[in-house]
Amino acid sequence: MTMEIVVFYIAAAVSVSATTLVVTRTNASHALVYLIVSLLAVAVIFFLLGAPFASALEIVIYAGAIMVLFLFVVMMLDLGRGSVEQERGWLNPSMWVGPGLLTLVLFLEMAWLLAGPMAQTSGTAVLPKEVGIELFGPYLLAVELASILLLASLVGAFHLGRRYMRARREEEADE
Amino acid sequence: MNIDVAYLLILPVLLGVMISAAFLVWIERRLLGFWQDRLGPNRVGPFGSLQIVADMIKLFTKDDWVPPFADRVIFVLAPLAIAAGMLMGFAVVPFGPGLHIIDLNVGLLFFLAMTSLAVYGVLLSGLASNNKYALLGGLRSAAQMVTYEVFMGLSLMGVVILTGSFSLSDVVRAQADMWFFVPQFAGFVVFVIAGLAEAHRLPFDLPEAEHELTAGFHTEYSGMKFGLIMVGEYLSVILASAMITTLFFGGWLGPDFLPPFVWFSLKTAFFIAFFILMRAAIPRPRYDQLMSLGWKILLPVTLINLLVTGAVVLGRGA
Repeated sequence: MTMEIVVFYIAAAVSVSATTLVVTRTNASHALVYLIVSLLAVAVIFFLLGAPFASALEIVIYAGAIMVLFLFVVMMLDLGRGSVEQERGWLNPSMWVGPGLLTLVLFLEMAWLLAGPMAQTSGTAVLPKEVGIELFGPYLLAVELASILLLASLVGAFHLGRRYMRARREEEADE
Repeated sequence: MNIDVAYLLILPVLLGVMISAAFLVWIERRLLGFWQDRLGPNRVGPFGSLQIVADMIKLFTKDDWVPPFADRVIFVLAPLAIAAGMLMGFAVVPFGPGLHIIDLNVGLLFFLAMTSLAVYGVLLSGLASNNKYALLGGLRSAAQMVTYEVFMGLSLMGVVILTGSFSLSDVVRAQADMWFFVPQFAGFVVFVIAGLAEAHRLPFDLPEAEHELTAGFHTEYSGMKFGLIMVGEYLSVILASAMITTLFFGGWLGPDFLPPFVWFSLKTAFFIAFFILMRAAIPRPRYDQLMSLGWKILLPVTLINLLVTGAVVLGRGA
């Protein structure tokens, strides 16, 4: 048990410091690498909390697919030294006031919850089968709504891509 | 008890896998020579088997150069990410009954997670090199690997449905009556193709296609960092072969006259040889052909396979 607590605190420390660095980095690709590290640390925490399925999906989907696309876009944009300067200009101290206040509210809530009787979670392991039964039982509507959202984005991407392809084909025909 | 065995296994697995990856360099060149009707490396040691030692001396003594225009930290760390991601994948491979580092109940997902993390090594080395060939190679590999990860995951779901578990030991035990490549033949074919694409091995090595991108994402790498990228590539070949063996060809199962671990190694070696044969036999497709093969053929095939498998399992009332 104590071993798990040590691992938890290490993962939590990595996650918090990596996330802080995501916000303060001015180089976009460095920030993204820290965000990936932060997601991996969160996956470790999920695993420790007894949710191995959520932890694996966190890595496969967030770290393995979505962040790859983010990095893909950063590579396409070719952000050089100029964008680092621009970012540095945006990151002035007055920007921290709003997020700081909102985080303070969350922090007070968390302190109140930890002090109160609700501090203990059930602490049972949630296995893949149970997640599946929940998703395709009581939460079926949410799953279907998410898939419709994805379908809409798929159709949108296809539409944009098709217009580009048609323009290119006409260009080729003119030549 | 079990945990002690696991700790004792980590070092042998690490060493065994690394040494096999190193020797694959020589085995691959010899096999390619055999299939292409030439000799291959045969000068250093008996049958050229010490070629890898010569290569290592060469790589170690080379100037370990970081280009001044590169993003230094990421440039140095990227090859490590490639090799480390692949090595982590071996943690869930069952080499024999009870002979695994960890038998996770989400073992299959862990394998998929680790292979998907290995993309970053390629992507970041392409980005950090700050070189247009490397960048193009990195972009290609990102698109290729994200695409083929989809089919890789979906093609395995048929196996999961038949087993009823994500644990790789359960998958092997479920194949006692019949190896899964018979009922899951479509899944097997898609997984082999996706495995080739994930390892970016020759028919699908467009991220490093030397005829158009010099060496793609690792153009700027030299010395031991280049060696690490190569080791990572061979590790991914071994890992893909080990997973094909485990998921579709009964893992350690086999007639009793050989111990389970030997059966596992023989089957894995067979698929490694198959991967090398693919390199010798098949020409490289164009990039858009690679993408349309993926989305227009492999995706429908895996979805139909999944649908049929689900229907059959439901129909049997299992």
